[in-house]
Amino acid sequence: MTGRLQRSLLSIEDLDRAGIERILDRAESFAEVSGREIKKVPALRGRTVVNLFYEASTRTSSSFELAAKRLSADVVSVRSIGSSVDKGESLKDTVQTLSAYDPAAMVIRSPHVGAAALVAGWTAASVINAGDGKHEHPTQALLDVFTLRRKLGSLEGASIWIVGDVLHSRVARSNILALRRMGARVTVCGPPTLLPREIEALGCDATPSLDDVGEADVVYVLRMQQERMQDAFVPSLREYAQRYQITSTHLHAHQLLMHPGPVNRGVELSADAIDSPRALISDQVKAGVAVRMAVLYELLVGSPTLEAVA
Amino acid sequence: MRRPSIFQRSADQAELLIRGGHVLDPRTGIDGPHDLLIRDGHVAEIACANTLSAPEGGDLLEATGKHVFPAFVDPHVHLRTPGQEYKETIATGTAAAAAGGFGTVVAMPNTAPPVDDASILRAQTQTARQDARVPTGFIAAITRGQKGQELTEMAELRDAGAVGFTDDGWPVVSAGMLRRALQYQRLCGGVLALHEEDPALSAGGVMHEGAVSARLGLAGIPSLSESTMIARDAALALYEGGRVHFQHLSCVQSLVALERAKEEGAPVSAEVSPHHLTLTHDSVRTLDSRFKMNPPLRTKVDRESLVGALRSGLIDCIGTDHAPHATHEKEVPFEQAAMGTTGLETAFAALYTKLVLVGELELATLVERMTCGGALFDLPIPRIALDQTASVCVVDLEASFQVGARGYVSRSENCCFHGETFRGRVLLTVAGGSVAFRAPALADSAALAAVK
Repeated sequence: MTGRLQRSLLSIEDLDRAGIERILDRAESFAEVSGREIKKVPALRGRTVVNLFYEASTRTSSSFELAAKRLSADVVSVRSIGSSVDKGESLKDTVQTLSAYDPAAMVIRSPHVGAAALVAGWTAASVINAGDGKHEHPTQALLDVFTLRRKLGSLEGASIWIVGDVLHSRVARSNILALRRMGARVTVCGPPTLLPREIEALGCDATPSLDDVGEADVVYVLRMQQERMQDAFVPSLREYAQRYQITSTHLHAHQLLMHPGPVNRGVELSADAIDSPRALISDQVKAGVAVRMAVLYELLVGSPTLEAVA
Repeated sequence: MRRPSIFQRSADQAELLIRGGHVLDPRTGIDGPHDLLIRDGHVAEIACANTLSAPEGGDLLEATGKHVFPAFVDPHVHLRTPGQEYKETIATGTAAAAAGGFGTVVAMPNTAPPVDDASILRAQTQTARQDARVPTGFIAAITRGQKGQELTEMAELRDAGAVGFTDDGWPVVSAGMLRRALQYQRLCGGVLALHEEDPALSAGGVMHEGAVSARLGLAGIPSLSESTMIARDAALALYEGGRVHFQHLSCVQSLVALERAKEEGAPVSAEVSPHHLTLTHDSVRTLDSRFKMNPPLRTKVDRESLVGALRSGLIDCIGTDHAPHATHEKEVPFEQAAMGTTGLETAFAALYTKLVLVGELELATLVERMTCGGALFDLPIPRIALDQTASVCVVDLEASFQVGARGYVSRSENCCFHGETFRGRVLLTVAGGSVAFRAPALADSAALAAVK
């Protein structure tokens, strides 16, 4: 079966719908583990997981670390600051050095497109892409789909709007692919300067206007980064917020609100929207641990039955 | 008028009979099996097939069923000397040229330091006199340090042997600066070869802007960054009556600008690379840095338009833009990787396999476009005709080979065609009157027998 995870998770394209659902089902059982008082299973006891983060990250790195620990793996976390990377060591040399510890999995976050795929060619470990430049962030998309499936039951036919800086967003790219695979319709919306030319080739619609956002079942808001002002993608945060900020007045009672975090309060989201009951932001964070446990488990253990987990 | 300058190591002049090969020279019109006798490095006789005997003490190449072309001319290579000899040297780069059937190459000046001073150029030509396996011309920078701020001493550089001028690798961003160079060209001659790219449009880009860059999240280089500069610089050339050459065209918009410039009578010419003629941005989906080059691989429509323009003659010639890089400069994430692909060893076979064999281009047209690139530098165009300095290559169009399977002659391995199987194997290259390359299979087989 092609869509089931093989050795590594580098892109949502590694998975078909059944492969995604398999991971989500597995994540459901791990979510149950996370509700216990002793949140640990022995699945990866004696095995090593290396987290290699070349970019600042709070939730992704902490949830990967927690996921590996709850599976009883030994975890080594390496950050670029203060490491040999800082001293000019190449990615290849760093990966080969860390591979000498014979890790079962390597989780990599890099500011560069394709870094995880390169790493997979240099190590015998399973590689998980925890974000490679503006390319992909597959575990974020999986946890978002997990969160939505729990709320909606099925994503088939659901309308999902992704709003904001699509151009610079790996979250948007992985989510478009994952949501399309699950049968959802995806519309990306943002300033024309922040919508990639020919983004429709990914199977989504694109619009610069928020006017029709009312038709969305889910509004997925992207982080607006400060440095985009310096690059003149938008004239000011003020004008961006006026045109694209999602407030509670945008949200109908039937609509769900998501955001990958961290949120710029008062920029892409108003405070009342963040705190509204429509917002699933903390559900997403919580799902992160269970989904990453499921990905690690599928890659490193991958037994065919769910009962084997607990 | 000064004589064009071309440099080659001294080597034994060829004494050789190429027997029974299908000689094809689109310029002389010869197209059929002949014996080609080379004495003292010159074409001594062209006769009916299998009628001549090899010169005493010379070599015999049985070429029945093989093709004999004028040796190819590459107006655009990077030999990386001085300063980046870890990527390529004049010796290894010209050996790669010979292995690809090239008998003449023109080296770009974006070395370290760049060729913006006659002393650097003289050092290059000196090295070429010792190391260059095929005749090599050197093109000097238009601006000091290729920074686009001040003209180089173009007249002195011409006297020292520069065949022309280019800031290749970078555009001449300022229209005013290019205008000064065009004016100064009236004094010293020498074509201005232009790498066209508007950095305000291309900044940060690492591949073609389109559906693939949208998918991959890579910053795009829009086609307009090239075509708008071509339109601008053609207008400048027309106004000043200067001679410009557009390097490595990549997109249909550039062809529209070029066609218009030629219609208006602007003194312009253009080249295209084998990779832009055969590959598209879809190759970049692999994120393999061998497909990272500048200008980038573009769309299917662009590729087909470039082939059409080459066929019609709108594009004058083929230049490989042979751009060697060390493994450690390519074995990094795509955005960080150096731009460029090697091309000398694969150009003919790639184009023969991917264009001629599928019917997109005539063989004679391919040979013509691969041999005329010296004209823009006033370099002699190789002809298979009596008394001409021998500059020929012998190619087995039936023989197939896998690119890179036996390594490369170039010092670098960053070939965008690596692993592909091509037809059209170069067996022998005679360049500047001496044998510059013989295929390893020939070197120790009876096919090229020394005649006692």
